[in-house]
Amino acid sequence: MQVEEFLERSAERLPGKTALVCGPRRLSYKEIESQCNRLANGLLSAGLARWDRVAVYLDNSVEAAVAVFAILKAGGVFLVVNPTTKAEKLAYVLNDCRATALITSAEKLDRVRECLAQRPHLKVLIVAGAAEEQQIGDKRLLPLEGILACASEQRPVKRSIDIDLAALIYTSGSTGKPKGVMVTHLNIVSAATSITSYLENTTADVILNLLPLSFDYGLYQLLMAFKIGGTLVLEPSFAYFYPLIETLVREQVTGLPLVPTIASILLQHDLSKYSFPHLQYITNTAAALPTQQIRDLRRLFPQVKIYSMYGLTECKRVSYLPPAQIDVRPGSVGRGMPNEEVYIVDENGNRVGPGVVGELVVRGSNVMKGYWELPEETERVLKPGPFPGEKVLYTGDLFTSDAEGYLYWVGRKDDIIKTRGEKVSPKEVEDVLYSLPGIADAAVVGVPDEVLGSAIKAYVTQMPGARLSEQDVLRHCREHLEDLMVPKFIEFRDRMPTTQNGKINKRALTEVGALE
Amino acid sequence: MQLRQQLRQFIVDNFLYGRASGLADDTSFLDAGIIDSTGVLELISHLEQTYSVHMEDHELVPDNLDSINKLAAFLKRKTKQRDAGAIHNAS
Repeated sequence: MQVEEFLERSAERLPGKTALVCGPRRLSYKEIESQCNRLANGLLSAGLARWDRVAVYLDNSVEAAVAVFAILKAGGVFLVVNPTTKAEKLAYVLNDCRATALITSAEKLDRVRECLAQRPHLKVLIVAGAAEEQQIGDKRLLPLEGILACASEQRPVKRSIDIDLAALIYTSGSTGKPKGVMVTHLNIVSAATSITSYLENTTADVILNLLPLSFDYGLYQLLMAFKIGGTLVLEPSFAYFYPLIETLVREQVTGLPLVPTIASILLQHDLSKYSFPHLQYITNTAAALPTQQIRDLRRLFPQVKIYSMYGLTECKRVSYLPPAQIDVRPGSVGRGMPNEEVYIVDENGNRVGPGVVGELVVRGSNVMKGYWELPEETERVLKPGPFPGEKVLYTGDLFTSDAEGYLYWVGRKDDIIKTRGEKVSPKEVEDVLYSLPGIADAAVVGVPDEVLGSAIKAYVTQMPGARLSEQDVLRHCREHLEDLMVPKFIEFRDRMPTTQNGKINKRALTEVGALE
Repeated sequence: MQLRQQLRQFIVDNFLYGRASGLADDTSFLDAGIIDSTGVLELISHLEQTYSVHMEDHELVPDNLDSINKLAAFLKRKTKQRDAGAIHNAS
């Protein structure tokens, strides 16, 4: 099965059903499929070849949802770029995967223009809200609306099979450069099938997604809603409390995926004034929710099933805690999901028993094919499994389990920071800090944070004579990093502690910090 | 200081780290990526403390809070309401 069939089968079975609600727009499965076919045909006539990478650089919107499925229908590989990504990183990603087309909007075009030079592979820009077709250097700019109005709505001839790549999902790497996680149709179909089975999703589900589609947790809400023939309510982001409450009530939302930051903000308001009789489940991934938040959610939503989950982009989801267990083991992220095996190993790769800390290993058809054109990094995390040719995923996450096999997250093996459920490479933030004139040294660490999981903290020293303020440093970070990578704390130091071989000693930094 | 000026100062200091370029009185904080969900909470608590107003849940919407102009108009309504309430209570 291919991922675009999630949409196609639902469109055949439930053509008139509302598939997508986005602001004032409501589209049926038939309408969405027709738009996806048109855009797919538009991509094909613009010259898209099988397996070509196509970047989607859009806010959460109807166009973004349509783009994802249209690219798959055309036999391409989609990558959704976080809409807050700055020009430099967008340029890096476009070059890294040699994307031939980019789908974006007129509002984002200025930022796109900044990075068009030296993007030789990029041939076509499809722009929502553009006035007319034009040529920008060697690139063709096509208005999306023109394609949706003129291209054929016939389904293009199917070209993919399930071992083809469907997506690249970029994630932070320890080198500081983002890595493209290669995901096949089979990977997505397997993960989506397992997740929708344990969530017991049905066509009656109405799922509210507040998370960016560039984040796999957000992306899967779209993919899974279409797979089950449910309705996706897609919001650009979560910023204002009351519109969220209104949406939950108006759309009779049944499923609400959260991350700890959103849960925390919701719980800062008095929710007991409202009733959400349709809400059936809340999911949380990223850091386990603080125990107090779980208690508050349970008290406010006694009839709602709360799923605490854990995952990483390389295999999508690892584990979920059955809702009946949440009061018993609130600190656990559960056990492996259906059709997947997980176990903990020591440094020699031997399985360990309960109570022992080791690295979590994942086995299943949801495990990625590797990092795009990074064979060495791939080899470090994908290692031979029990059957010929099989690879298992070494997650880099340290876990322990209890006697019944429930998993508890302990920390990372490397220095990657997990904040708001997404991975951030300290190196990537440090590189940006070093590029600010006046900065002598920079060291970025994660510090425990109830809401974010880990919060990003930067220690910096200044060049002699430099007089940077905290504001200067934060402003520079904001101009060069996605929102989630901007440090929450900046601390100026006169000098950095170093290790014997002269590297910055991050452990000493945080230990001194703890004493203060 | 004029209300708009005060609000601008708060936004620039807290969310733009001192650089005001590109922030017009009608710039949408959300569209421009100036404020996220935690920023909204900071903004609300700042408004409640500085202007002694209390915000109801149903007022926490972009129409009231998403630009300097919208904030200024909303605060004027709120303080008028508050003062009218105070006079009413006093009489």
